[in-house]
Amino acid sequence: MADTYFLPQASLDTLFAALAKDGRRILAPTDRDGRSELNPVTTVAEVAKDYVQTILSGKETVFPKVERMLSYDLAPGKVDLKSSEPNARPTVLFGVRPCEAAGFGALDAVFNWDTRDSFFNARMAQLAVIGVSCTRKDDACFCTSVGGGPGATRGSDILLTPAEGGFLAEVLTDKGRAMAALAPEAFRPDPGLAKKVVDVPAAFDQPALTARLKYLFENGIWVEQSLRCVGCGACAYVCPTCVCFDLVEESDAKAGQRLRTWDSCGSHMFTLHASGHNPRETQAQRWRQRVYHKFSYYPERYGMLGCVGCGKCTRACPVDMNLQEHLAEAAQA
Amino acid sequence: MDLRAKSRELLESGAVKAVIGFKDGTMGARRPVFVRQADKAAALVFDEGCRQNLAAYLTRNEVQKMGRVAVAAGPDTLRAILQLMAERQIKEGDVLPLAMEGTEAVELPTAQAVEEHLALKAKELPAADRELLARLDAMTREERWAFWQGELARCVKCYACRNSCPMCYCGHCTMDCNRPQWVPVPSHALGNLEYHMVRAMHLAGRCVECGDCGRACPVGIPVHLLTFHAEESVHRQFGQRAGASSRLDYALSTFRPDDKETFIR
Repeated sequence: MADTYFLPQASLDTLFAALAKDGRRILAPTDRDGRSELNPVTTVAEVAKDYVQTILSGKETVFPKVERMLSYDLAPGKVDLKSSEPNARPTVLFGVRPCEAAGFGALDAVFNWDTRDSFFNARMAQLAVIGVSCTRKDDACFCTSVGGGPGATRGSDILLTPAEGGFLAEVLTDKGRAMAALAPEAFRPDPGLAKKVVDVPAAFDQPALTARLKYLFENGIWVEQSLRCVGCGACAYVCPTCVCFDLVEESDAKAGQRLRTWDSCGSHMFTLHASGHNPRETQAQRWRQRVYHKFSYYPERYGMLGCVGCGKCTRACPVDMNLQEHLAEAAQA
Repeated sequence: MDLRAKSRELLESGAVKAVIGFKDGTMGARRPVFVRQADKAAALVFDEGCRQNLAAYLTRNEVQKMGRVAVAAGPDTLRAILQLMAERQIKEGDVLPLAMEGTEAVELPTAQAVEEHLALKAKELPAADRELLARLDAMTREERWAFWQGELARCVKCYACRNSCPMCYCGHCTMDCNRPQWVPVPSHALGNLEYHMVRAMHLAGRCVECGDCGRACPVGIPVHLLTFHAEESVHRQFGQRAGASSRLDYALSTFRPDDKETFIR
């Protein structure tokens, strides 16, 4: 059971100041020329007032688009191998929506599935999430269809829900309690505030979809849905749960480094084998993979979904590939 | 004839296997649609929201396998079709451009018909793009460098710009070559800069200035200004515009014995 408090709007700056004093970087949604982006802030005034979601997700804080895994110096007959340490800074992710906060669980499922990924874990250890419940939504949102909700607490260390004059604050985890303890004066007793969030009606029956996918592998809907897909990686790169990466070597005769970068199953070379064979050689097969990975393989392997219903992919897609609509269609196919 | 009626007619007669056009999407957007049955033609719409350059689909395997296709095309899509013909990527008979005037569709069955249609359409860049290009031109080299460094820092290398571009049809793009790796794969400063430089140079004299690359960018980088600028300088220096003709006369790859520059002779 979470500890609930009232956090007056004016006390939010007190909390920000306390977090900064504690040496933490605060990342929050900002409005840059009409673009909603996560950027470092020091005051509440810098935080965007009116946003549904940021374009990119907060996954970059724990899974950067590029990171060095190791480096080496080469000399005749000699390789000097150097391990790399993630530059993990104490970070507070403020203002992300409950859907996106839940996304960290899907990343964790992969990065700690077998080998524990030290880079991811070092960054997760330094990350605290202050989510903010949704009082607005748009047509891309479908959190309630995938087990989430506009006021869901999973993934947040503290969840703030807008209320008259401030926020209803649910302090949910040890990390949350540690943050609250930095500014105890900001957290007032909860006078019994109602948790009011936007209504997000369910768009499709997810368990039915997952069950149905078993029989849809060869169905023609993947071809139909993906004809207009241009095969870029926008959906995967804005996604808070897409976890696929590539390892690339950058080296010359004297030195080199091994980098991990984001990768996308939409890309035509994604599963290209060294033999030249590609088991997913058409865009339809790659699109199907995207859906199956999130709604069939994830539940099968990790007991959870690889989608949190944030709708970032839908908003980012240059050809309006609307995920919610396509999933609803598949559930009925 | 109205686009829907025209499409029905073309599909019923078997003149084309598909009509590539637009239909209602979500959140007020229009989305591309491939209409392959006459009774589905009623979904087609065409208005100012239909901005994507549909010519980008014409070089795709899946689409080329369909047979002859018609395309509901505004001027930029028609320019791209001509340029693709000039570069021998599509054949005159394989594509039936439908020039859109409001919701009326006019068949342009030959490259010559497209050329004549386009000759009457002045190419003008959108005011916002003209202003930003002028602002960039007025900057010092250092300021411009800082501007693009700031913009490209946001790039995540999703390649939405490349994949939306009708002229980026290479089956195996230099960006995807890994034996050898010409351009760094990662989306770090060098990788992003090299990618966008290569793209701008590769499109100089070939860009039909539709702006789709910029519209496709999920993080809002005005990448189209790079290719616009390269295209405009080719126009200034050689008097050519991409997409004006179906015959290849590409300034940057055409050698003429009577070239006025002496260094090339």
